Amino acid sequence: MATSATVHSHAPQGFIRKYIFSLDHKVIGIQYFFLALTAVLVGMFLSLLMRIHMVWPNANLPLMGEIKPETYLALLTMHGTIMVFFVLTTAPQGGFGNYFLPIQIGAPDMAFPVLNMLSFWTTFVGFVVIIAAFFVQGGAPLHGWTGYPPLSAVQSSGPGEGLGADLWITSIAIFCLASLMGALNFITTTLDLRAKGMTMMRMPLTCWSWFITAILGLLAFGVLLSAGILLLMDRNLGTSFYVPLIVVNGQVMGHKGGSPLLWQHLFWFFGHPEVYIAILPGMGVASQVLSTFSRKPIFGYRAMVYAMLAIGFFGFMVWGHHMFMSGMSPYSAFAFSILTMCIGVPSAIKTFNWLGTMWKGHLRFHTPMLYAIGFVSLFVSGGLSGPFLAQPVLDIQLHDTYFVVGHFHLIMGVAAIFGIFAATYYWFPKMFGRMMNEGMGRIHFFVTLAGTYAIFMPMHYLGMAGQTRRYSQFTEVAYQTKLLPLQTFMTYAAFVTIAAQLIFVINLFWSMFKGPKASDNPWEATTLEWITATPPPHDNFGGKTPVVNHGPYEYGVPGTGRDYLMQTDPPNEKSGGH
Amino acid sequence: MGLALMVLIWLITLVSTYFFAAKTWWLPVGASSAAGWIDGQFTLTFIIVGIVFLAAQLGLGYIVWKYKETPASPPVPYSHGNTKLEIVWTTLTTILFIGLNLMGSPTWASQRYPFDPDPSAVQVEVTGMQFAWYFRYPGADGKFAKTKASLMDPSAGGEAAVGLDTNDPSAKDDVVTGTMYVPVNREIDVSLRSVDVIHDFFVPQLRFKQDAVPGLNIHLHFKPTQIGEYEIACAELCGLGHYKMHGMVHVVSQEDFDKWLAAREAEKQ
Repeated sequence: MATSATVHSHAPQGFIRKYIFSLDHKVIGIQYFFLALTAVLVGMFLSLLMRIHMVWPNANLPLMGEIKPETYLALLTMHGTIMVFFVLTTAPQGGFGNYFLPIQIGAPDMAFPVLNMLSFWTTFVGFVVIIAAFFVQGGAPLHGWTGYPPLSAVQSSGPGEGLGADLWITSIAIFCLASLMGALNFITTTLDLRAKGMTMMRMPLTCWSWFITAILGLLAFGVLLSAGILLLMDRNLGTSFYVPLIVVNGQVMGHKGGSPLLWQHLFWFFGHPEVYIAILPGMGVASQVLSTFSRKPIFGYRAMVYAMLAIGFFGFMVWGHHMFMSGMSPYSAFAFSILTMCIGVPSAIKTFNWLGTMWKGHLRFHTPMLYAIGFVSLFVSGGLSGPFLAQPVLDIQLHDTYFVVGHFHLIMGVAAIFGIFAATYYWFPKMFGRMMNEGMGRIHFFVTLAGTYAIFMPMHYLGMAGQTRRYSQFTEVAYQTKLLPLQTFMTYAAFVTIAAQLIFVINLFWSMFKGPKASDNPWEATTLEWITATPPPHDNFGGKTPVVNHGPYEYGVPGTGRDYLMQTDPPNEKSGGH
Repeated sequence: MGLALMVLIWLITLVSTYFFAAKTWWLPVGASSAAGWIDGQFTLTFIIVGIVFLAAQLGLGYIVWKYKETPASPPVPYSHGNTKLEIVWTTLTTILFIGLNLMGSPTWASQRYPFDPDPSAVQVEVTGMQFAWYFRYPGADGKFAKTKASLMDPSAGGEAAVGLDTNDPSAKDDVVTGTMYVPVNREIDVSLRSVDVIHDFFVPQLRFKQDAVPGLNIHLHFKPTQIGEYEIACAELCGLGHYKMHGMVHVVSQEDFDKWLAAREAEKQ
């Protein structure tokens, strides 16, 4: 600890070392944040085109003309992949985790600063490679973000399955490498660089969430990387890991003996933990923000930690619930189903504890708090469709319908995004030294909450009625054509919701330069990022090493003069908990 | 702000619940023997989950409104939680979720666990390919003839599309059609295959869905209970024509089924 503090005490000079190839975790965190912001704007634009095409398949769009069915599927694939990898994995962990994990545990930097820089620039290359897939011959792949072979393994199975698909897999493989580097760094930093007095059970729940997410990433991304390499080999070297004897367009392919289900097992072994990689940091932020703005200690800190550990643990044993209809053994469906239901229990504990934290609190409705409350609402709504989908017998009707699309968008899409918004509004003052505009924040919040429900709640109705997902248009199946009015409503809701995101972007950049100056602790919060200067100096604490005497959420401690104790405040016999 | 937020959360909750409860959009009316069981489990899950949904969202809205900070707010109780409450809550949700799951399991077992096919079941082989479904009936000998990958010609349709080996003696009475006919109230033994990529045979009214996977021959059964025409929609992304990979199941009386099959056999000869 002492050595790393001295090594990094001198800030680098020069633009390139300071802002481009920086070793400072704070700069790297901001780089990740802006990469994710770019990615989310791209991903959102793709979803807008999709929503237009589904409802008006023959619309003639400016510059693009008419969107063809294969183009729709390319948009769908790229939307999913960009959002899952370059937004939901990148922003909460790479962005805020990088910036605040070292500060919140009282460390001067991450354990491996060079590895940290490398992992960001590797992620950046991955993003460039996936964007390149749009511009090669045949365009982006049409096999969906799950890339099931043989569709994804055979070049002749459709447009985009040539070079576009190779770039898609390569990008994911690069992203896996970057995430493995990041995960090692997060785990080592959490275990080795905590300040004096910062026991594991005094860490803010955000740190716990980043730590557990890193463990999931370490175990999951390695599997996806291997699976991706095998898929590249099937495509280009004539191997048959995933492809049996098949006939595409009357042509017998050269493969034989492979198993399409093998990919699904490997992909979902990564894919299900990935859901928690996206949502766990959001849970951490929601806990932090709800406690801060309720002026109350988090309800059941230990239960929250154990619940996150349980979610991470069970998260690795439920991948088969994506495969109930795949031809997998029906006996294993029973086991996967029970284990999936088990995840509902720690999720319910977390919800219960968030409500318990607000109960009898002094709620202050700053924008981060609004987003944390929105997170809880969306987490409940998105989570509760889980018990339907976890039952294989109901999955017979619901699998691969809009019910599933609604479920995962609410929980790992929008709820996770609300976690990112809460984090942005909460930590922006510390990161950029200025406050964001509250008025714009509130308008952004109310429109986004109402808008996302208007888009994603009707998907459950559509799914029950049998509307299958990944259809570029609903003109060919009579019972689905009848559902078009509801789809049209969702497209209008998407227009409004997407427009509201411009308010956020304007607020972000306007506040960065014109917002009122922020004090060191504008929210009267307790964790270590709020004891240091705004923005924090290069070594985070200006040469001082914090000593921690309290748990992370000591609000409303009786008889202390003000309603909170900083983690570094002198010991106080009345503060309970930790 | 607290009031506005409560109103919005309550409004979202009540409007969402209304459209579920009013069944404005709901499962299509079932037409197979499994529908009763599946729909019953669906309704049970819906009621339990609905109660939790309403309690959590309405509670969240209430708390947000009730505990807004004002100068008159009483001091917050300094508390780090309540272990007893946590244990009660954990136990309750465990019983609820696991119990719900176990209640649905017998239906799953009856639909999907390997079964001894009823010898009198009507055999149909369903083959998916980009972007069409073909249906094969074994004919009087009750045996499906061999198919060969090298003989498959999707552009020719029918027997050629599935690669029927006409040298196999049992191919003589195999009937391949582009539309599925099945008799009502009979067990249907489906063999599901795909020749190229993964497809999914989904008929919402029959409560039937299963991936067709190249390299696998998946046996499943269902029993249609209502005469009618039902649409098949491919439910696994299979390429640019996924949205139009569409077909029809005609559930007809035994008499009409026999007539239809005899006419197909006659056409073939």
